[in-house]
Amino acid sequence: MGILDVKDVGKRFGGLQALGNVNLSVAENSVHAIIGPNGAGKSTLLNCLVGKLVPDTGSVMFDGQSVLGRSPHEINQMGISRVFQTPEIFGDLTVMENMMIPVFAKRDGAFRMHAIENMMAERDIVETAEKMLVDMNMAEKRHMHAASMSRGDKRRLEIGMCLAQEPRLLLLDEPTAGMARADTNNTIDLLKQIKDERDITIAIIEHDMHVVFSLAERITVLAQGTPLVEDTPENIKGHPKVREAYLGEAA
Amino acid sequence: MLNLQKHDKTLMIIVAVLVLFAPFILNPFPTGSAMAQFNAGYPDLMQRFVIFGIFAVGFNILFGLTGYLSFGHAAFLGVGSYSAVWMFKLLSMNVIPAILLSVVISGLFALLIGFVSLRRSGIYFSILTLAFAQMSFNLAYSVLTPITNGETGLQLTLDDPRILGVSATADGGIPVTSLFGLEMRSTYEMIVGPWTFQFNAGYYLCGIILLAAFYLSLRIFRSPFGMMLRAVKSNQTRLNYTGLNPKPYTLAAFVISGMYAGLAGGLMASMDPLAGAERMQWTASGEVVLMTILGGAGTLIGPVLGAGFIKYFENIFSKINDSILHSWFSFLPDGIEDAVVFLIHPFIGKGWHLTLGILFMLVVIFLPGGLVEGGQRIKKWVSGGKNKADDKAPKTEPAE
Repeated sequence: MGILDVKDVGKRFGGLQALGNVNLSVAENSVHAIIGPNGAGKSTLLNCLVGKLVPDTGSVMFDGQSVLGRSPHEINQMGISRVFQTPEIFGDLTVMENMMIPVFAKRDGAFRMHAIENMMAERDIVETAEKMLVDMNMAEKRHMHAASMSRGDKRRLEIGMCLAQEPRLLLLDEPTAGMARADTNNTIDLLKQIKDERDITIAIIEHDMHVVFSLAERITVLAQGTPLVEDTPENIKGHPKVREAYLGEAA
Repeated sequence: MLNLQKHDKTLMIIVAVLVLFAPFILNPFPTGSAMAQFNAGYPDLMQRFVIFGIFAVGFNILFGLTGYLSFGHAAFLGVGSYSAVWMFKLLSMNVIPAILLSVVISGLFALLIGFVSLRRSGIYFSILTLAFAQMSFNLAYSVLTPITNGETGLQLTLDDPRILGVSATADGGIPVTSLFGLEMRSTYEMIVGPWTFQFNAGYYLCGIILLAAFYLSLRIFRSPFGMMLRAVKSNQTRLNYTGLNPKPYTLAAFVISGMYAGLAGGLMASMDPLAGAERMQWTASGEVVLMTILGGAGTLIGPVLGAGFIKYFENIFSKINDSILHSWFSFLPDGIEDAVVFLIHPFIGKGWHLTLGILFMLVVIFLPGGLVEGGQRIKKWVSGGKNKADDKAPKTEPAE
C-alpha cells in the first residue's frame, strides 16, 4: 500500500479510450515519475487524481480515503497539491499575497468570512508566508506583481505556494515544459532540495528524460492509456518495451 | 483610531471632507449669477450623489474585486425601496427601521439570486442577473400589484395603518419621514453675501451612512476576504487547487453588494417615500455599471466619483436648453450664433446621454482605469519634474 493507490482506473472520451485499467501505487516519501509518449494518457490520469475528471471505472485512494467524487479544493485539503504545466498563479496579486493565500487555506480551510480583519495584521500568516518566500529565494520580489515575473520565477513561486500548504503529495505536471536549460536545471535542484528537506511524496509527469532520470526513484511508463512497465530508472533505461513505445515497432 | 494604514486614512479623510462640505463645494457660483445653473448644491441632488455613491461602492465590492459583472443590481435597489416604504406605511415614519428592513430584505433577495446566478461565470452570469432583474421589474409592474402598486408606484396614503405613529397629521396631511423627530426634509439655509448654502438633514444622514459604507468597503478591500475575492478574479483554477472554494466567497460578495444596493434603495425611499418599478429596470442596473467603470472599477474612491460625475451630468446638462445657449453666445453675430447653438443642441437637454456616452467612450479608451487613473496621471505629471528617478522604480503600491 502506497500513499496513493490507483486501481483499475479507466476513462473514455466518446470513442477514445484515454485510460484503460491503470494500476499504480506511489510509495510514501518517494519520487515517482510517470512518463510516456504524447497521447499516452498522462494528463488524463493526473486530472483523475485531483478531481478535475472523474474516472468511469476503478478507484483512487489517497492515504486510505477515496478521492473520487470530491471537488478539487476538497482533494487539495486532504493533502494533494498540484503544480501545472503552465504556472497557475494569481497574476494580479503581489508575490507576497500569492504566498499568503495558501497559508490562509491551510489554516482556515475552504472558506472563512474574515471580512473586517486587516490581512497584514495576521502575524502568523505573514510570518509563515515570509519564511516560505525566503526558502524559495524570492524574498526581495515580495512586492512585485506576480504576472510580471519570469517563467522560471513563476514556476518557483507556484511550487512554493504548493509547499506552503505542507501537502503530503505534490503532483507536478511537466514542470520544466518550455523552459531553457538553465531554468530546467534550477527546477531540478529545487525539487531535489525539497525532496531532501521535507517529508513529502512527489509524483511527476514529465517529457524531459534528463529531469526524470535526475529525480525519480521509481518510474511508470504509460502508453495508449495503460501502464507498460514500472521499475527503477536503471532498469527502465534499456527496457525493450519502453524503446518500442517511444520509437515505434520498427525500432 | 480607525485601524487604517496611512494611505487609506488619507483616502477616508478626502471622502469625509467631500461629503461634509459638499454644500459649499457644489455651490461655487453666487445665486442669481449666469453660472448658477451649474450649482449642484441643492438637497435633492446632493442626496442623489451620496445614495448612488453607496450603490456604486457596493457594486464595486462585487465587480471590482471578483470581476463578476452583475447586470441586475437595480433589482436590489428597488426591493430596498419597496421594503422601506412598507415600513413607513405599517410601522413608523422613523427612517431607521425602514433602512434596516430594506438592507435585510435585499440581502435575502441577493442570496437567492446569487445562489442561482453564481452557478455560471462570465457573460452567462451577467445574463442570468439581467434576467432576474427584468423578471423582478415585470413582477413589480404587474403581477405583484398588491405589494408594489403596479405602474403607479407605492406611495404613502392618508389611511396607512401606522402602528407607531399617526395615519395623518393634525392638519390632514401625510406625515413626513424623520429620524427620531428630525425631519429629513428640514433644511437650514446659510446666506453668505450673494451665496446661499443649503444644509439638509436628509443629506447629512445619507452622507454619514456613505462614510460608514465607504469605511466598511475599505476594510473589506484590505481584509483576507478581500484578497480572496481578488484571487477569484485573478485565477479561479489556482484558487481551487489551493484548497479554497470560490463559490461561498463570490456569494458572500454578491450578498454584501446586494445589501449595499438595498441600503441605497432604502435611503432613497427615506428621502422621498415612494417606490416605483422603474427603479428596477435594466437601465438603472446599467447606470451603476457605468458609474463604477467611469470612476475606476476595483479602486476604492472611483465608484463614488463616478456616481457623482454621472448624476451631475444627468441633472445639470439636461437642464441647459436652447434659450440658455442663445444667451451665452449672444455676443456672436446672429448667423454664427445660430450655427453654434445648432451644433451644440444635440449634446444638451434631452441629449445629455450623448455627451455622457462620448465622455464614457473617451474615458474607457484613454483612461481604462477610470477617473482615478486620470487623477494618478495628473499627480505623476505634476510631480514628474521634481523626481524623475521615481518613475523607474517598480510600482509596488496596491490599488487605491
